[in-house]
Amino acid sequence: MPPRIVEVRRSVLAKNDALAARLRARFADAGVCVVSLVSSPGAGKTALLGETLRRLGDRTRAAALVGDLATDNDAVRLRASGAPVRQITTGTVCHLDAAMVERALEGWNLASFELLFIENVGNLVCPASYDLGEDLRVVLLSVTEGEDKPVKYPVIFHGADLALITKADLAEACGYNEALARRELGAVRPGLEVLRLSAKSGEGLPTWMARLDAALAEKRARRNAPAAPA
Amino acid sequence: MHELSIAVSLVELAVERAAGIGDVRVDAVHVRLGALSGVVEEALRFSFDLAAGGTPVDGARLVVERVPVVVFCAACGAERVLAEPLRFRCPVCGAPAGDLVRGREIELTALEVDGHAAADR
Repeated sequence: MPPRIVEVRRSVLAKNDALAARLRARFADAGVCVVSLVSSPGAGKTALLGETLRRLGDRTRAAALVGDLATDNDAVRLRASGAPVRQITTGTVCHLDAAMVERALEGWNLASFELLFIENVGNLVCPASYDLGEDLRVVLLSVTEGEDKPVKYPVIFHGADLALITKADLAEACGYNEALARRELGAVRPGLEVLRLSAKSGEGLPTWMARLDAALAEKRARRNAPAAPA
Repeated sequence: MHELSIAVSLVELAVERAAGIGDVRVDAVHVRLGALSGVVEEALRFSFDLAAGGTPVDGARLVVERVPVVVFCAACGAERVLAEPLRFRCPVCGAPAGDLVRGREIELTALEVDGHAAADR
């Protein structure tokens, strides 16, 4: 019998996508708005998350999952905010996937949170392929990085819902060309919403916090609205 | 390098599908890779051989079909192929065009098999 070709046509990421869809349904049931943070290492995800959790304080019940290859240093840093934080240690894996998120959530009552942050492993390449069931995927681009990073790493920037230009307090010292960075962001994702902030100086943080409130309000409105016709 | 994770998923899927076809040897695994998939072909090839080792698809060739990014340009009302480096702008009229039609695929499209299909027996 000669060799023959059997058509399959199935996404290699189908398992992750199905798991992410299940997580998304769980998050919707619990009424928790899920925000993921992705960036290169050192762009300021943990600093921003720490300041965000501190500002949310008692007014919004928030929790966080943080991914790193090794150590629970970030979780320890973030717990200072008083929010529940769990570390996901990936070992040698360069990204989080939906199964890791599901495992990390075990034993948590999701309905007791309003906002859940997922800080991905610092990496502008690998996390792009994996849906985690989040509502809002936020990509950070610090002023100490090149303005053309979005064009160099189009996959992750194209897949983002919101971009944050971080470490704004260093912009002048770095000779940062913000207009160029915004142009490059728009080139890979036309219409992408961009905020400029500094977790250190506080610049731009009120707008960021308001954006989180809006995401949460939108999630609640969707939950309370009758199911949209398919 | 997440290509190893992708390769492991690909091999799992290929093994599962091959078992469903019958008592066959898999000669080749065909995949489609979008230019916006984030997967590097060379890294996937390297990882595929590692991931396939010791499984029923061990030794199978990996055949890669690259898919360019295709967007829908609302201004032209037409699909347009984007060149790399990617900028989401219509190559014909220059209008911003972020509406992705194709290009994110990481898809197992077919298996080239040799042997008896379950239905033949």
